[in-house]
Formats: sequence, C-alpha cells, structure tokens
Amino acid sequence: MSILVVAEHDNSENKNQTLVTLAAAQAIGGDIHVLVAGSGVDGVASQVAGAAGVSKVLVADNAAYANQLAENVAGLVVEIAGGYSHILASHTATGKSFLPRVAAKLGVAQISDIISVESPDTFKRPIYAGNAIATVKANDSVKVVSVRGTAYDAVAATGGSAAVEACDVVVDAGISSFVSEEIAQSERPELTAAGVIISGGRGMQNGENFGMLEGIADKLGAAIGASRAAVDAGFVPNDMQVGQTGKIVAPDLYIAVGISGAIQHLAGMKDSKVIVAINKDEDAPIFQVADYGLVADLFQALPELESMI
Amino acid sequence: MKVIVPVKRVVDYNVKVRVKPDNSGVDLNNVKMSVNPFCEIGIEEAVRMKEAGSADEVIAVAVGSTSCQEQLRTCLALGADRAILVETDVEAQPLAIARALQAIQEKEQAGVVIFGKQSIDADNGQTGQMFAALTDMPQATFASEITIADGKAQVSREIDGGMQTLSINLPAVVTTDLRLNEPRYASLPNIMKAKKKQLDVFTPEELGVDMTPTVEVLKVEAPAERQAGIKVESVEQLVDKLKNEAKVIS
Repeated sequence: MSILVVAEHDNSENKNQTLVTLAAAQAIGGDIHVLVAGSGVDGVASQVAGAAGVSKVLVADNAAYANQLAENVAGLVVEIAGGYSHILASHTATGKSFLPRVAAKLGVAQISDIISVESPDTFKRPIYAGNAIATVKANDSVKVVSVRGTAYDAVAATGGSAAVEACDVVVDAGISSFVSEEIAQSERPELTAAGVIISGGRGMQNGENFGMLEGIADKLGAAIGASRAAVDAGFVPNDMQVGQTGKIVAPDLYIAVGISGAIQHLAGMKDSKVIVAINKDEDAPIFQVADYGLVADLFQALPELESMI
Repeated sequence: MKVIVPVKRVVDYNVKVRVKPDNSGVDLNNVKMSVNPFCEIGIEEAVRMKEAGSADEVIAVAVGSTSCQEQLRTCLALGADRAILVETDVEAQPLAIARALQAIQEKEQAGVVIFGKQSIDADNGQTGQMFAALTDMPQATFASEITIADGKAQVSREIDGGMQTLSINLPAVVTTDLRLNEPRYASLPNIMKAKKKQLDVFTPEELGVDMTPTVEVLKVEAPAERQAGIKVESVEQLVDKLKNEAKVIS
C-alpha cells in the first residue's frame, strides 16, 4: 500500500494536524508520501521531511497553490493520485474544502472526519454530532479519508529524513481567486493545538468580559475558546467557536465558564482529558461531563481563580 | 439567474438520537424530521437573492425517499419557486447525490448552487464540493457573506484562523455556514400557497444516475459516556484538585 498525505500548512510552517494525519497513515500502514502544495514552501517541506514515518515529500511550489484554492489543490492531487491506495488530509477548513473534490474527480467516496483506523478499508467516524459512532467500510479502490485533528497523537515532528522531490505539476483552474484574509493574531496557542483551553459562553454577558479569561489564559498558557451562543451573540469572533460546527478540541484541561453545555458544544470538547465547569446554574448539562464542577457566579470565581494559580 | 438549493431531510436538530440496540443505526421511528439547518440557511439566502433582484427563480432539490416532499414543501413555503425530488429508496450517499444534482443542473443551468456545509445526521460535509468538482464549477465553502456582481460571486468564508474572501466565477457553488443569515419562519398563507407550487419527481434511472452506495456501515455504537465528576465547593478546592489530583496545572 502507498499513502499520499496532503500537508496542512500556512506556507511558512507545517501544522500539527499534518502530524496527526501522519499517525493515521501509519495506522493504515504502508509507504507514506506527503504532498506539500503552496508557495515558497521550502521550509515546510524540510519540516515535513523530518517528521516520523515519511518516506518521500513531494513539493508543488507555485503561486497557484499559495492560498490553497480548492480547485487548484484538488486538481493537483488528482494529477498525482495514480498509484496511491489512500489519499489522506486533515479535517480542517482546507481539507474539508479540497478533499471531496478529489474524491469526486476520482469517482470514489470520501470517508470524512475519522477518529480511528480499524483496518486499511475500515474506519470509525462520529455521526449525529458525535452522538453515535459509525464503523464504515470503504469499498472503492482508492480510499479518500479526512482525519479529525484529535484522532491520534501527533507523530514525532523530528528525527525523520525523507527524500524531498519537486513536483512540477501546475494546475491553475482560473475560475476562483483569493481576495483577502483576516487571520486573528494571537500570542496564545491555537485552539486545536493547545494543552489548556478556557472557554466562555453566554454567561460571560458581553465581549469585554472575555477579558476576564485572558489573565487566567496567560498564566496557564491556554487558548481562549467560546461556545456558539457566545459567538452568535457577537461577543467574540467565530474562529473561537468550539463545538460540532466549530473547532473540535481535546486538550489536557478544558475550563468551561458560563457555558450551559448544549449538545453541539459538548460534541467539540468532550474528549478533553479533564473538564472543569464554572456555572451558576447547578442543573446546567455541562456538569454532567465535568470532572470538576463549581456552582458559582463567574464574576466572583474568575478573579479568585486568576489570583490562586 | 436561477439558483438551485439542494436540501436534505434529516432528524430535527432538537431530537436526541438513540442508537438501536442491534447497532444497525440510529432509531428514526416516530422522530421529527426537518430540513437540514444549513440547507435552510441556503434557501433563505437564495430567497434573499431573489428579493434583491440578483436571482429570478429559486429551485429546491432533494434526493431521497418520497417523504422528502414534506421538506420540499417547507422550502416552497419559505419562498422557493418550485421543487424537484429525485426519488430513491436506496440510501443516498454524497457522490451519488452530487451526480443526481449534476443531472438536474444540466437541465436547469443555475447560476449559483447553494448547499449547506454539512448535514447534521451524517456530518460528511462533502456533497457541495463533489458537485462542484463534477460540474467543474468553482466553490466557496463555509460562507458567511455572498455578494453577486459582474458574473462573479464574492464570498466571505469562515476558515480555521479567521475569515477569508474569495472571488469565484459564475456558475458557482457556495456552501453555507451558520452566520450567513437567520432563516425566516414560513407564514400560514405561504404554507397554503406552497401546496400549489410545482414539485417535479424524477427517478435516478431517468437521470441516468447509479445510486449504489460504496460505503458500507458495519455498525453504529453509542459513544463512550463520560462520567460526571464531583462538585467542588470553592475556587480554592478547585485549584487544589487541579494541582494535586488531576495534576493538570502546576
């Protein structure tokens, strides 16, 4: 078997999700190649070449791939897909966009958002917002699979020495173009890679009050998240949303503040190792999944917590 | 310009689904079914395009059993002009649905096709992108704002680290995210009018589409339940537990 993993990166850095997807590729077993498609990606390519278990890195360095336009990246993957039994990508905004195009062009099904590899053709994946886990078998000749960012522990980022090869296939469909991007700048870790996350919900009452989470986040080296209710209410931007339709996270410690615990939020964080809930409503469903629950007014509890850690 | 909005019949989002004891699937008997919420956002967006004058006709399309007519009528009550059902009792998987929609698009030649970004039952998130690939259309997934002008759609989309704006040539595929709009409620007069609107039914055979599934569901299980832990009395006790029992902070 021969597996092609499409790397998740931002042209300057390889992302942790690539390393998780590589772990899934290792669970399938076989020769693992990684495609790095982007613009000015020499650095990313050498990072990927150092990751554990990679035998070859294919580097498609062209302006057409600079913004990961789905039409172009999918076209490239389809061009080089011959000979691979599996094509894997991360279940991120980028992977979710281009990978189904690859599957459709190859005329095969895609298995989305897997949480485990049972065998080379059988995978587990959550359905109904994680309220059920399906074991599915892909009967097509090529398996196209996207991997959840919390499915496996990342493979070692260093120690490998894969061959790096240029791939000069250029696909520029010319039907879409990049206009602009606003990426939130933060000194804090990314939600999907953070070891500790503190999230606020509707109970925070407004956007300014999210500032009360910052001091705690600084002390714990935590990322700050939010429930859909807080995002919908306009307290914070959508990229902070944890849940079924936001980020799926599984940190060592997840602190939910003023979050009631709607199913769709739980779907995004219930695999966290330790969950803390602070809520003044003692019947809030969040307490049913919390290891440590504190029934308290968050406006009193947060300053106290900040001073004690 | 025509706008096609493919819609899926799914378990209502308020229903807590249960896995069947024989692990063959989830129990859908006597459960309320609705239009997938992301598809409903798609209908709303298409209707707003029509109200704004950038679209002339909104067509809701479903692929599935005859009971999907119920959801198509809902879409007609929300403002779609007509509906099409590709009727099949085979479990319709994303690639097969995309192929059926491709056949519909060949007839209708819509300028924009608006999908929900994912269905809340299978959570695949594939059909829009697959359709775009089959029809060689550009796509903008996870849209939070769509502007149509000069033969192009400018779409703001929700990506992992923030927002991105793409310009895509028409005809184009857009998939909706939560914050694109807030769907309206159907008024009683509109529900009555919807009953008289056109709803055409095709079979996959008529469209030349093979619906045979290629992904087999071997079993469906309930997820491992997380046990509720303890309630602590104070912040001090909480910090103590986190430091000394869970050992997640130092």
